[in-house]
Amino acid sequence: MTDAAHKDREQALIAAIVAGETQLYHDLIRPHEKVVYMVVLSYVKNSADAEDIAQEAFLQGFRSLASFRGEAKFSSWVITIALNLARRKLRKAATFREVSIDDPGEDDNPPVAPAMLRDWREIPSEAVERNEVRALLREAIAKLPEIYRTVFVLREMEQSSGEETAAALGITHALVKVRLHRARMMLQKELAPTLRAATAPPKRRWLPWN
Amino acid sequence: MELECKHVWNYISEFLDDSLSEETRAMVQRHLDHCEICSAILDSTRNILVLTADDRVFELPVGYSERLHARLDAELRTEQSGESHGPETKSEIKD
Repeated sequence: MTDAAHKDREQALIAAIVAGETQLYHDLIRPHEKVVYMVVLSYVKNSADAEDIAQEAFLQGFRSLASFRGEAKFSSWVITIALNLARRKLRKAATFREVSIDDPGEDDNPPVAPAMLRDWREIPSEAVERNEVRALLREAIAKLPEIYRTVFVLREMEQSSGEETAAALGITHALVKVRLHRARMMLQKELAPTLRAATAPPKRRWLPWN
Repeated sequence: MELECKHVWNYISEFLDDSLSEETRAMVQRHLDHCEICSAILDSTRNILVLTADDRVFELPVGYSERLHARLDAELRTEQSGESHGPETKSEIKD
């Protein structure tokens, strides 16, 4: 389906729901269940909290659907609701350090120097089947500072466009690009050496000949 | 103009997204053709992006969708019972 056709279908669904066919809300949210959960998880880092907040965001979305303006995509709109809920939750948590989420200064940081490897050998996607490799990828993403992680999750893992990501996060498209670049470089720096070590063929063992 | 490695690193993201101008892209490509280190950085970045985008890296909790729709159903039921008090009132609140 083209973007325009997709948007038309979404608008028609929303109009029907607002007009009283509330059951259709199930269909409206189905394509966005995962992205909302993922974005929230990138903030709260706890799957039970992420699930609660995702549910709450979809319910709030339903209750205020009449106020939804068609300029944004529904997914961007509900992601914004979810992020606000996640931020509120984190502010309540005592351990949360009230910095960095929207610190504009972060984007003036010097460039991230990548990990230098002369002989990168492609890591096959089957490697993801290994728990150890999945854990390395998850940990590296979790370690990204929030502002980069959220952009990375939306752009890279959920394949949202630059414009959609900018709309969902309330930042400019240019800033999305800057943050995505930094996130990618940080992950390369973190993951290239560890992934290579984790997926290297086992060292040949010396047999005790004598 | 010859690019230095550290300048090439700034372009890696846009190179991967194919959003560089033709001129800049050609400059970066020329550098990559003879620089093993930058080629390895580009390849490893591309490879890592493929791996992190894999659906198997982050899985939804088992039953997530079912619980979400069940909660929504409960909400829709209360919404309905709160909004109208029977069929006759429903037809009255047309808009």
